[in-house]
Amino acid sequence: MNGITRDEIRGLAIGAVLVALAAALPLLDKGFYLSISVNIMLYAALCTAWALFSGPTHYVSLATAAFYGLGTYSVGLGIDILPFPLLLAIAAAAGAVLAGLVGAATLRISGVYFVIFTFGLAELVRQVVTWTQTKLATAMGLYVFTDFTESHIYWMLLALAAAVFLTGWAINRSRLGFAMQIIGNDETVARHVGIDTARSKILLFMISGAFIAVAGAIMAPRYSYIEPPAAFNPMISFLVVIMALLGGTKRLWGPLVGVIPFTIVMDIISSQFPNHTSIVMGLAFLTIVYFIPNGVTGLIEQGRERWRRRVVVVGEEKTA
Amino acid sequence: MNILVTGILLSGTYALIALGLTMQYGVARIMNLGNGETLVAACFVAFWLYTGLAINPLIGLVIIAPAAFVINWGIYAVALRPLVNRAKNRGQLEVDSILATFGLLFLLQGLMIVGFGGEYHSYTFLAERFEIFGNSYGLNRVVAFAAAVLIFVALWLFLYRTRQGTALRAVAVDPDAANLVAIDVARTAAFAFALGGALTACGGALLSTFYTFNASMGVVFTMKALIIVIMGGVGDVRGAVLAALILGVSETLVASLIDPGLTLAATYTLFILVLLFRPQGIFGRAPT
Repeated sequence: MNGITRDEIRGLAIGAVLVALAAALPLLDKGFYLSISVNIMLYAALCTAWALFSGPTHYVSLATAAFYGLGTYSVGLGIDILPFPLLLAIAAAAGAVLAGLVGAATLRISGVYFVIFTFGLAELVRQVVTWTQTKLATAMGLYVFTDFTESHIYWMLLALAAAVFLTGWAINRSRLGFAMQIIGNDETVARHVGIDTARSKILLFMISGAFIAVAGAIMAPRYSYIEPPAAFNPMISFLVVIMALLGGTKRLWGPLVGVIPFTIVMDIISSQFPNHTSIVMGLAFLTIVYFIPNGVTGLIEQGRERWRRRVVVVGEEKTA
Repeated sequence: MNILVTGILLSGTYALIALGLTMQYGVARIMNLGNGETLVAACFVAFWLYTGLAINPLIGLVIIAPAAFVINWGIYAVALRPLVNRAKNRGQLEVDSILATFGLLFLLQGLMIVGFGGEYHSYTFLAERFEIFGNSYGLNRVVAFAAAVLIFVALWLFLYRTRQGTALRAVAVDPDAANLVAIDVARTAAFAFALGGALTACGGALLSTFYTFNASMGVVFTMKALIIVIMGGVGDVRGAVLAALILGVSETLVASLIDPGLTLAATYTLFILVLLFRPQGIFGRAPT
C-alpha cells in the first residue's frame, strides 16, 4: 500500500471534525431535528454503501430493501436471546451471504439481468418471510424492546456512516479499488489484463450489502414492532438510487450531497401530500436522467473545470 | 387438469403483456419498466368504458389499442429518442432507459393513485360458467384467452408475412445491418415501441375483465413480463409465448397446491434457474 499523502490526511482531518460536529447534535435537540437527522444519517449510510458498488460498476442495484429488511429481521428474531452487537455482526454476515448469492447468480452476465433480478428481490424475500411467519408463528410481526433512545440510534448510524466512508477510502487505495476502476472504464480490457471481474464485483457487492444490512439492524429498535411490509419496503431501494444519483457517485462524498436535501423534501411531501410521493419520485428520476446525469457533484466539477479553463485563457491573453 | 387449464387461460394474458415488452426491449432496445403502468392504465380505461358508457371491453379494445399506440409513440418520440441519440453505447442506453422509465413508472403510478385512489376496482363481465373437460371456468377468462390468441395470430402474420414486420425482426437481430439494407431503424424502433405499448394495453383490458386491479399493482406485472421476456429470449416471439405458458401454469400450480402467497417466489425460482442454466432464453443459442 502506498504512503498516505498530505491531501488524504487533510481529508481525514476534515472528516473527523465533521463527525465530531454531527455527534454533538443530539445534545442540542431531541425532538424534530434529531428525528429528521436520524433519517438523513440512515440514508447517508445507505446511499454511500450503495454507491460503493454501483458507483464504479454502473450496475443499478434495487436490492437495498432486501438487505435492509434482512438486517431488521436479524435483530427482530434475536433481540431476546443475543446481545445487540452480536446481532449487528449476524446482520452483516446475512447481508454479505445474500449479496454473494445474488452476485454469483447475476454478476457474470450483463447489467440488465442484474437490475431485473434485484428489482424483485425485496418482494421475493418479503413473500418468503411472510409465508414462513404465518406458517411457523402465530403473530405477523415481531416486537423489538430495547433501552435505546433516538440519540443512541443516531450515534450508531453516524458510526456506521463513518465506517462506510473509511471502508470506501480503503477500497479506493487497495488492489480491489484499482481493479474496479479498470472494470468501470472497460470490462473487456479488465478481463484481458487478468482481473477476475466477476469475483471483484461480487466481493464489492457483498461489502455493500453487509453495510446496508447493518443499517437495517440499527434501525430495528426504532420501529419497536417489525412487519414484513415495513422492513422490506421497496421505497427504500428507489429512494437510495435517487439520492445517490442526485448527488453523484464519482466521489465518495457525492451521495451525501443528494441525501440531505432529498430527505428533507421527502419528509415534507410525505407528511403534507402523502398521495403525491410517487409523482415526486418520478419527476426526480426524470430530472436526473435528462438534466443531471452525473449528479450535483458532477455539475460542480464541470463548473469548476470550466472556470479553471477560463482563468487559464484569461491568463494566456494577459501574457500574450 | 383443472390447474392446467386455469394456468393456460391465465398465460394468454401474460403472453400479450410479455409480447409488448419484448417488442419494446427486443426491437426498440428500451427496457421499459413502466410497462406495467400501461397495463394498469388500460385496466382503468376498460373499467371506465364499461361502467360509464356500457361499452363491452372487447369492443373497447378497438379504442384502447390505437390510443395506447399513439400515446406510446409520443412517449418514445418525446422522452426516449433523446436518450437513444445521446447514448454512446448499448450499456449507457440501458442504464439511462431504465432510470427514465422508472421515472415514468412512478409518475404514472402517482397520477393514477391521485386520480383513482388506492382501492381495488373490478366489474362484472361475462361472469358465467363455461365447461371444459367437465370442469367449469369463468366465461370471461375463456373469452380473454381467445381474444389473446387472436391478437397473437394477427401479430404473427404481421411479423412474418409483411414487409414492415420483416423490418421489425431485422432490427431486433442487428440494427446496424438493418440500416445497411435501407431500413429506417429510428422509425422502426418508434413503431415497435408503440406496438409494444398497444399489445400491453390489450393485455390490460382483457385482464380487467376477470381480475381485481388497483393503481399500484403495475410493478408486479412488469416483473412478470420481464421474467417471461428473459426466459423466452429477448426479442423472440415464440419464446415469449412458451415462457408465458410455463409461468402461468407454474404460478397456478403453486397457488393451488402450496400457497397463494408464494406465486412470486415460484416465478422467481424459475427466473433463477433460467439465469443459471439458459441466460440466452429457451430458443436462444449460447454466445460463442
